[in-house]
Amino acid sequence: MDMGDARQIIARRAALEVKSGMVVNLGIGIPSLVPDFLAPEVDVLFQAENGILGMGPTPAVNADGNLSNAAGYPVTLLTGGCYFDSATSFAMIRRGRVDVSILGALQVSADGTLANWIVPGKRVPGVGGAMELAFGAANLIALMTHTEKDGRPKIMRTCTLPVTAYRCVKKIITEKAVFAVTAEGLRLEELLEGTSLEEVRQCTEAPFTLSPQLM
Amino acid sequence: MTNKVTTYDHVASLLFDGMTLLFGGFGGVGTPPGLVDTLIQSNVRDVHLVGNDAGFPWVGMGKFIVLGRAKSLVASHIGSNPVAGELMTAGKLQVEFCPQGILVERIRSGGVGLNGFLTEIGKGTHLQYDKPLVTIGDKQFLYEAPITGDIAFVYARKADTFGNLVFDKTARNTNPFVAMAGKVTIVEADEIVEPGALDPEEVVVPGIFVTHIVPSSGYNWKWIWEMPDKLSRDERPSK
Repeated sequence: MDMGDARQIIARRAALEVKSGMVVNLGIGIPSLVPDFLAPEVDVLFQAENGILGMGPTPAVNADGNLSNAAGYPVTLLTGGCYFDSATSFAMIRRGRVDVSILGALQVSADGTLANWIVPGKRVPGVGGAMELAFGAANLIALMTHTEKDGRPKIMRTCTLPVTAYRCVKKIITEKAVFAVTAEGLRLEELLEGTSLEEVRQCTEAPFTLSPQLM
Repeated sequence: MTNKVTTYDHVASLLFDGMTLLFGGFGGVGTPPGLVDTLIQSNVRDVHLVGNDAGFPWVGMGKFIVLGRAKSLVASHIGSNPVAGELMTAGKLQVEFCPQGILVERIRSGGVGLNGFLTEIGKGTHLQYDKPLVTIGDKQFLYEAPITGDIAFVYARKADTFGNLVFDKTARNTNPFVAMAGKVTIVEADEIVEPGALDPEEVVVPGIFVTHIVPSSGYNWKWIWEMPDKLSRDERPSK
């Protein structure tokens, strides 16, 4: 499976977590693909931390340089949506008014600790709003490919990359599996795309239990 | 009412080596293009920058950062400007990362004349740096210091000649707080109108925070989504 396919599978599965009535913030990367897989009847409000509540799809024509999503790409405003400054945006986030935050991840550990802001000496993206989204969102879902390109695991006993926020992730979705983060550690909830339990065991460093329907 | 409209030449005379410069904008959206060009042409160096991000190499404050004349940068991320990452790794640009909403509150704290605030966000991470830990009851918090600037660069949709400001869509972002936190606040506005032309109920930043106003010619860069496909975001367009 190539990376593009994996990203689509992850985004499609993540879309099932989004329910009508929710306020949702999407991170850049795989999370930005999630709206493509939402059923038309799902009525959600997307919040973008650069100052939009009620963000709509990419405009067909006449993109406006002053209206973008948090990744810098043109978007639209849905009827009833509004704009606001960065302080108000993070008030919404820290105060828990955003129901679901879907973030890309580099690593997640067995207790839901998230690393997603830097690979020292390699990539220096920076933390952006991720620390506050992790702090404030009632439900934080981490999306990532199951392993590095060379096969090294990303679901870890302990994160080896610098931490974004401790014990914040509630669910991990990869192209192979869905894990819930519980007080007792990870619980494998689903196997995706015909992946076997044995395959998941081999490429997951953190220990996990099985949900009843997988036993 | 004071008429604060001035020229870019006058703005250039206000900039100095080693200044702390706050700038509005998010990925270049809401970063004043004419003021960035004035800074680039000024030959001013060793600038301490504070803003949401490093833009792109050809967009926003990124255009200045790639020249290597910034000494430090406080920002929430620099991922869209790989040159900023290279300068950081080479020890030529000192970068302090700050969570996005915390950064804007630090600027606001400076802008509203307060002495900082406490938060749990970032505690125990690399971004704690050497920030003081404050214990209240059985909880520990990070102390976040206020930020002010010698100069603040702001982009507004409209300004009246006194400096009352109105913003546009997602170009508002950090601009209202950057405007309040500058010792000298310079606004680049798409439209400059006479006092009384703005609806007083619509004014976002009262003109009392604004020192100078210059007219804008609009964005003079291509956005990432306007770039030809073959030009990746990691490539720097030649001049």
